[in-house]
Amino acid sequence: MMKIKTCLPNALLSGYFRASLSAFMSASFVLFQTINLAHAQLTVDVTTSAGRQIPIAIVEFRGEANSPQNLTPIITNNLARSGLFRMVPAIVNPLPASPSDVIFADWSSRMTEALLIGDITKLPDGRFEISYRLFDVAKQTQLASGQIVAGVTQFRATAHRISDEIYEKLTGERGVFATKVAYVLKRGQRFELQVADADGFNPQTVLASQEPIGSPKFSPDGTKLAYVTFESRKSNVVVQDLVMGSRKVVANFRGDNYAPSWSPDGRELTIALSRDAVSQIYIISADGGEPRRITASSSIDSGAAFTPDGKTIIFFSDRSGGPQLYSVPVVGGNVKRLTFEGSYNTSPRISPDGKLVAFVSREAGKLRIATLELATGIINVLTDGPRDDSPSFSPNGRTILFESKAGGRGSLGAVSVDGRIKQKLTSQNGDVREPAWGPYVRLTAN
Amino acid sequence: MNKKILLLAATVISGILAGCASKEAAKEAPVESRSTTTTSTTTPSATGGSTTPITPATNVAVNPLKDPNNILSKRIIYFEYDQDSVNGEYQTIVQAHAKYLSENRGRKIRLEGHADERGSREYNMALGQRRGDAIRKASNLLGVANDRMETVSFGEDKPRATGSDEAAWSQNRRVEIVYDGE
Repeated sequence: MMKIKTCLPNALLSGYFRASLSAFMSASFVLFQTINLAHAQLTVDVTTSAGRQIPIAIVEFRGEANSPQNLTPIITNNLARSGLFRMVPAIVNPLPASPSDVIFADWSSRMTEALLIGDITKLPDGRFEISYRLFDVAKQTQLASGQIVAGVTQFRATAHRISDEIYEKLTGERGVFATKVAYVLKRGQRFELQVADADGFNPQTVLASQEPIGSPKFSPDGTKLAYVTFESRKSNVVVQDLVMGSRKVVANFRGDNYAPSWSPDGRELTIALSRDAVSQIYIISADGGEPRRITASSSIDSGAAFTPDGKTIIFFSDRSGGPQLYSVPVVGGNVKRLTFEGSYNTSPRISPDGKLVAFVSREAGKLRIATLELATGIINVLTDGPRDDSPSFSPNGRTILFESKAGGRGSLGAVSVDGRIKQKLTSQNGDVREPAWGPYVRLTAN
Repeated sequence: MNKKILLLAATVISGILAGCASKEAAKEAPVESRSTTTTSTTTPSATGGSTTPITPATNVAVNPLKDPNNILSKRIIYFEYDQDSVNGEYQTIVQAHAKYLSENRGRKIRLEGHADERGSREYNMALGQRRGDAIRKASNLLGVANDRMETVSFGEDKPRATGSDEAAWSQNRRVEIVYDGE
């Protein structure tokens, strides 16, 4: 297991130091002393990484040693954390910074496939101009380049943007390094709903309570969080505007109000209410109001999610004994059963392309994350348990974030949909549970 | 005057409840018909110069819902794994509360349902709710109107016992009866 701290001290970024990066990647454990005051709330470890990794060399940007914030360590950490890249130590002398400096033979001889170089220049107004270029070493061609002006407080975001571009150019898939995650942190009797960067940095507490908080879900545009709170000594569904800071109780009906999930247009939520009988599924405006009932059974119907086209709801119900997954058209119609294996299948979450459903399966007492391919009915169990729950897809559909309890300690896990890459995300500050992966971030003007 | 009425009422209620308890072949710890005195009064010694005023027990309004000698102070019904049926030993508790509610028509209760950690969070919310609902239905059959009872679930989020063994889990599979104002 390799542990990658996400802060590396500026002063130690020599070429030799980079060589050791590769050594520890494969086996040993190196602790970096951080001089950066910000620290990660969540520590991310890659625990399994099978399959081909793209060898990439990331050269410290010219001027980085003198800039107030690091860039290339963040990019390195992002790409390494994805499990799809193998870092090649950037030990050439001198380090290339502009295209004319690059000697491709230096890199192809080290089995490198991609090379990133760059430059950080301080501007008169105190901001920095960051330019970068990504090369295909074998073809000796440029794959990407960019120039970004950023203030010091935007360096992390800039590193994530560059990471996303590298990732996309080399894997063909959109990167999620610039996204956010939400989760509930429990410390003793205190619950905190936090939103952090996808690498665990900059956690912001959006709600703190002595009563449980659960089920956070980002709105499709990422500006709001719906969640369940027990502040009023029973479950309520609240929508909180992350930009404005305002909150609204959307559902406080008699009985339970829980399992919120957004419609693709962000206007409505599906929720589970027990106000009329046992738990049933309703749709309500995200502003609150009168809900309309979608299911009509005398059994437990709950945990619904919209398909990306907004036309169907997938939920779980125990109408046939143990809980199973079902679908029903939003406008009403026949309920169709989706799972026939196992006796306990709950909490469906739908991939962004609508093809895959992640859910929680219990077998022989173990809770594990599994996927159901809607077109074929094929089920894949992706995790080992024993207490894996609350799955959430990354916006590129590649990774499922979930909660994982082991030995009474709650942490998060992440698994790629093909099962090859697994990560563990832990907090030193308490138990972490019920994660939600935010959508792609719209770039603000730079 | 007030004290006498309270003492009379307390005695009458305890008599009724004692009757309830003795009706069933309860495996439940027996609730004997006893004096409902809850406050321990230290009888001042007859000797000694200063006379400390005695606070008679009857001055304190005895709340049967909180009286440890009264079955009504028993508020927790436990359940088997993945089950929502009320076992025999707990039915006496449900009956006692139903009786109290039929005699105190202004009171309302919340039935707070819980589950142990061994299921998914969302299904545990539903399981807790089902358990609360089982108590509600039983009480409804005993004459308590539905609008006087609200069932809410906490799923697995408010355990009484931490730990991952049956000793802890069995403590957490429960419904708690909470009266208005508590």
